[in-house]
Amino acid sequence: MHPDRPVNLPLPRLAAAMPVTAVASILHRITGIVLFAGTLFLCYLLDLALTGEAGFAQAAAIIDAPPGALAAWAILTSLAYHVVAGVKHLLLDFHIGDSLQAGRIGSWLTLVLAAVAAVGLAIWLW
Amino acid sequence: MAHPCPRRGGGGGTGDLALVTNVASFGRSGLADFVLQRVSAVVVGLYALCLLGFFVTAAPVDHAALADFFESLPMRVFTTLAVVSLAAHAWIGMWTIGTDYIRRHYFGAGHTVYLAIYLIVCIGLISVYVLWPLSVVWTVP
Ligand code: HEM
Repeated sequence: MHPDRPVNLPLPRLAAAMPVTAVASILHRITGIVLFAGTLFLCYLLDLALTGEAGFAQAAAIIDAPPGALAAWAILTSLAYHVVAGVKHLLLDFHIGDSLQAGRIGSWLTLVLAAVAAVGLAIWLW
Repeated sequence: MAHPCPRRGGGGGTGDLALVTNVASFGRSGLADFVLQRVSAVVVGLYALCLLGFFVTAAPVDHAALADFFESLPMRVFTTLAVVSLAAHAWIGMWTIGTDYIRRHYFGAGHTVYLAIYLIVCIGLISVYVLWPLSVVWTVP
């Protein structure tokens, strides 16, 4: 292969060049998919936790163990991100903050708020 | 709302994809789906906030507290409303994602079959997400 061959879709460079608004947007989609899959786990936990004292203890043990804790953290962090980005989306639908500059600020704000939520949830779960 | 951007509906002009598009749409039009996805998002969001409020204010939560909370009539009704909203929201969202990516360009001539399988899996999961929580909260002793 010629080292200087043209590349049609230079993914690494594309990723590096992704504007913050694009990152915020694709994360909303990814967190939506995570939530869709994660809801199965949440249903299971709800069922277990409401099935007597023993079931509750079992559910508590699951989210205390590292795999369960990690899953719960990932789902709740996704929810936090998806909700913040979702509210931003609703505001944009009403043309609130939909200039380019405001869009960038809103995207950063979404990322920062979700990061704060991620840390808060980690502290809460551990 | 100045100009919602319905992504579908209307039909026509998209070849065989339009068949699946029209059959699999949730509402009658892209605009109906657009509004439904947003209204349902607000309901699910309020429900999530409600649960967060409970877990924060009632901590530490034990089985009795959790059962009391979920078996109360207001919460049974709210849970019912939330899972129905979730069903609409998730269906429209997963439909959008599926029809964005499962296309002839990426999947070749059989793309409508893959799309149908994907949508059927989504419907199966969504049915579980409605029936499971309902069967749980409406039967807590
Ligand atoms: C477990 C709960 C939820 C699940 C499984 C879920 C799932 C999804 C999925 C799969 C999408 C499609 C994403 C895309 O097209 O890129 C979506 C879109 C959306 N979600 Fe959620 N969601 C949930 C909760 C919420 C909540 C609580 C809000 C509250 C604000 C929300 C707001 C939105 C909005 C506004 C959209 C439309 C985005 C667009 O049109 O591009 N969602 N959701």
